[in-house]
Amino acid sequence: MGTCPECGAAVNVDDDVVEGEILECEECGAELEVISVSPLELELAPEEEEDWGE
Amino acid sequence: MKIGMLLSIVSTEQKMLFEAAAKRGVAFDRMDDRRIIFDLENHRYDHDVILERCVNHSRALYSLKMLNASGIRTVNTYDVARVCGNKFLTTMALVDHGVPTPKARVAFTAEAALEVMETMGYPVVLKPPIGSWGRLIARINDRHAAEAVLEHKEVLGSYHHSVFYIQEYVEKPGRDIRSFVVDGETICAVYRYSDHWKTNTALGGTTADCPIDGDVGTLSSRAAEAVGGGVVAVDLLESPEGILVNEVNYTMEFRNSVRPTGVDIPGRIIDYLVKVARS
Repeated sequence: MGTCPECGAAVNVDDDVVEGEILECEECGAELEVISVSPLELELAPEEEEDWGE
Repeated sequence: MKIGMLLSIVSTEQKMLFEAAAKRGVAFDRMDDRRIIFDLENHRYDHDVILERCVNHSRALYSLKMLNASGIRTVNTYDVARVCGNKFLTTMALVDHGVPTPKARVAFTAEAALEVMETMGYPVVLKPPIGSWGRLIARINDRHAAEAVLEHKEVLGSYHHSVFYIQEYVEKPGRDIRSFVVDGETICAVYRYSDHWKTNTALGGTTADCPIDGDVGTLSSRAAEAVGGGVVAVDLLESPEGILVNEVNYTMEFRNSVRPTGVDIPGRIIDYLVKVARS
């Protein structure tokens, strides 16, 4: 379990979470990036840029 | 066999690719584009193949150019990314290869763009040449809207918004088609339904399986060949005159397409990657 850097809520993660994965805080809806799995560290995910896409 | 995967954030697609690779016992280096520094004189990469999954088009382009110039094979190649990442170049490639695609014009001033729209007839679709997920795409229904959008683009847009890519509006039956092509073979396709005129699933559309026999399969493979092959997703429109190829995507998303089609899209990508590494 981690902590949302935006609202401080507890964030549950799956067992198979990987570094770099993007999660959503269920409390405030912020997109979060998993910076480290062990120990679990979360940061706000990068914001969409103009050249993002597929 | 040394395989790399170039990416930054790990979206659902990346995780599905990780799982597909693990299932096949394929190990790979994760290469975070945020940490990469390219030494232009000395190339230190020795991979057999690198799968490019950057979310930034600019990072993909620079990285692929550097890697290909260093003799590293990539999926996709720099040339495929360059053509697919720019709607003007995509249309040029499709037209050159005789693949049916909506009529498109490019103009460089608001006055010329307005002239195109008036001649083409409303509605028309105005798109930035580089962009994805339906971002900043405008359906323009009349001259008043055209004047407003063009003025806003001229005043507020960054420089590439002064390249006006204008496409005829194609009436579609509440859906479009997204097909997936790997190594020249159309492996599956989905219908993308939306009440909105934009049917991108990134904007909340829903999907259902689409048969790939007939024109869908044939035109998808031809579109992939036109842009240089590899692993691509093709967007098709069902116009009253037949199927048209709208766009081709080189870092495709597939999270909403595996279940309806029953096709293991990430698995097929990893299989192709291994094939390229061994070739």
